[in-house]
Amino acid sequence: MNNQKKEEIVKHTLFIFSTTASLLLILIIVFLFNEAGRLFTEISILDFLLGTEWNPGKGLYGAFPFMFFSLIVTAGALLIAIPLGVSCAIFLAEIAPSWARDITRPVIELLAGIPSIIYGLFGLVIIVRFVKITLELATGETLLVGSIILAIMILPIIISISQDSIESVPGSFKKGSLAMGATEWQTLRKIIIPAALPGIFAGVILGVGRAIGETMAVVLVLGNSENLPHLVKQLLGEQAAGNVIQIINQIPEIMLKPGEALTSAILLEMGPAEVGGIHYSALFAMGVLLFIITFILSVSSNIILSKSQINLK
Amino acid sequence: MDAVNEIEVRNLNLWYTDNHALRDINLDIKKNKITALIGPSGCGKSTFLRCINRMNDLIDGVRVEGEILLNGNNVYDKNVDVVGLRKKIGQVFQKPNPFPMTIYDNIAYGPRIHGVSSGEIDDLVEESLKAAALWGEVSDRLKIPALELSGGQQQRLCIARALAVKPEVILFDEPCSALDPISTHKIEDLLQELKKQYTIVIVTHNMQQAARVSDYTGFFLLGEMIEYNRTRILFENPQKKETEDYITGRFG
Repeated sequence: MNNQKKEEIVKHTLFIFSTTASLLLILIIVFLFNEAGRLFTEISILDFLLGTEWNPGKGLYGAFPFMFFSLIVTAGALLIAIPLGVSCAIFLAEIAPSWARDITRPVIELLAGIPSIIYGLFGLVIIVRFVKITLELATGETLLVGSIILAIMILPIIISISQDSIESVPGSFKKGSLAMGATEWQTLRKIIIPAALPGIFAGVILGVGRAIGETMAVVLVLGNSENLPHLVKQLLGEQAAGNVIQIINQIPEIMLKPGEALTSAILLEMGPAEVGGIHYSALFAMGVLLFIITFILSVSSNIILSKSQINLK
Repeated sequence: MDAVNEIEVRNLNLWYTDNHALRDINLDIKKNKITALIGPSGCGKSTFLRCINRMNDLIDGVRVEGEILLNGNNVYDKNVDVVGLRKKIGQVFQKPNPFPMTIYDNIAYGPRIHGVSSGEIDDLVEESLKAAALWGEVSDRLKIPALELSGGQQQRLCIARALAVKPEVILFDEPCSALDPISTHKIEDLLQELKKQYTIVIVTHNMQQAARVSDYTGFFLLGEMIEYNRTRILFENPQKKETEDYITGRFG
């Protein structure tokens, strides 16, 4: 066999493998939407998205509570992880001596590689108990703990991507600023961080994607109660414009209550649900919801990243 | 030598860890003159330049001995405020390095960090751009990103940016090595204008450039300053054999 033929064969084999990956993605999408579709022959999309009552026994499939819990747990996680992760990244990229960087980098990568169930167990045994005892709650399995665990899980993503993007800011910007008599802090605040911001933002978005799709850790610590807190339910019923503000005011209280995320609901109910039934289809519809959210997040983070690279050239 | 000394360098030595990169440099830099530093790559001329505004402080393992007196005050004194020093001694780098922001914000950056009130900044931006011979080309598009300018314009922007903080001395580290001949020519003309107000030190690889623009020239070789004199004398009648060999192209 001559070399040219060999190369042809290699080329074609690689092509087949690479298209298989894309085909798989398409297959997953088709399958997911197909299974979910049946739900909407029975109930409207609005009832699914905005319904506050989830009771498969009575034919009620309002997924709003799960969405609400998922979003609020994720938001809480971001509130913790963004300041912590970004300041950690700034420290590592700009201030820490190189030996500290050599240690933290593999440690952070290791953190990212720990199976999520381990985080869940850690949360259940340590943080749930800690929250229960210190805040004197009936149960420590709360949205707050979910947020803390998710924050810990997304920290490695936020730190490593932010650190990369800070480090990729050209050194000439820093030198230019310092040579004009700017202090290190002014240089960091006014030149380096603004230049790295798109990258930091992309890291945060990837973190959101991870948090919202996380299942095993969340299912262990959230308490899994799909009852929307009464407060939220009442406020939603009134439909007043001021409701959003009132709900925000209630958030600290809501955070100390149990909840159930979209992912937890799918995991916990898929077993009991009858294959091919409406309940089964409703769970797939929740999967579609998750898929769409994470898809949008990952596409937008890619767009932001590629744009920022153009700007820095 | 007649003019007033702006900077006096006395027995300056510098080590990169164990590498003795500058040896006993002694030099007087004249006020409102252009002093060129020439020499082959690695001779220490850029290292010396960075000593003047203490940008070498940023490099790990650098140790400096000796004195650099700016108007009689040693910049290496323990209680010297490095930030204030760099405000007095501006620098323009080899590769144009405008910040990733608008033209206006690039110029306004220095004044803002030094607390100039926003009312005065408009005038200062215009004045600096005019002094850097860039105003005519950009006056109607101050709000576009600086990185959209051509390389030569970017370099003049960096000069304007340095002028905006009102320095006394401006250090140029091979400012034209990344530019085309026309842009180079513009910057050389600009230097002649700038020296009326500022003291200028320029490191250059290009001996013709040194001969064209400078009043005084120092020749560096292997970390030592071999010869320092009025530019014309140094090029037409070098006192040292090494200088003669270098400027006649026999090595380097």
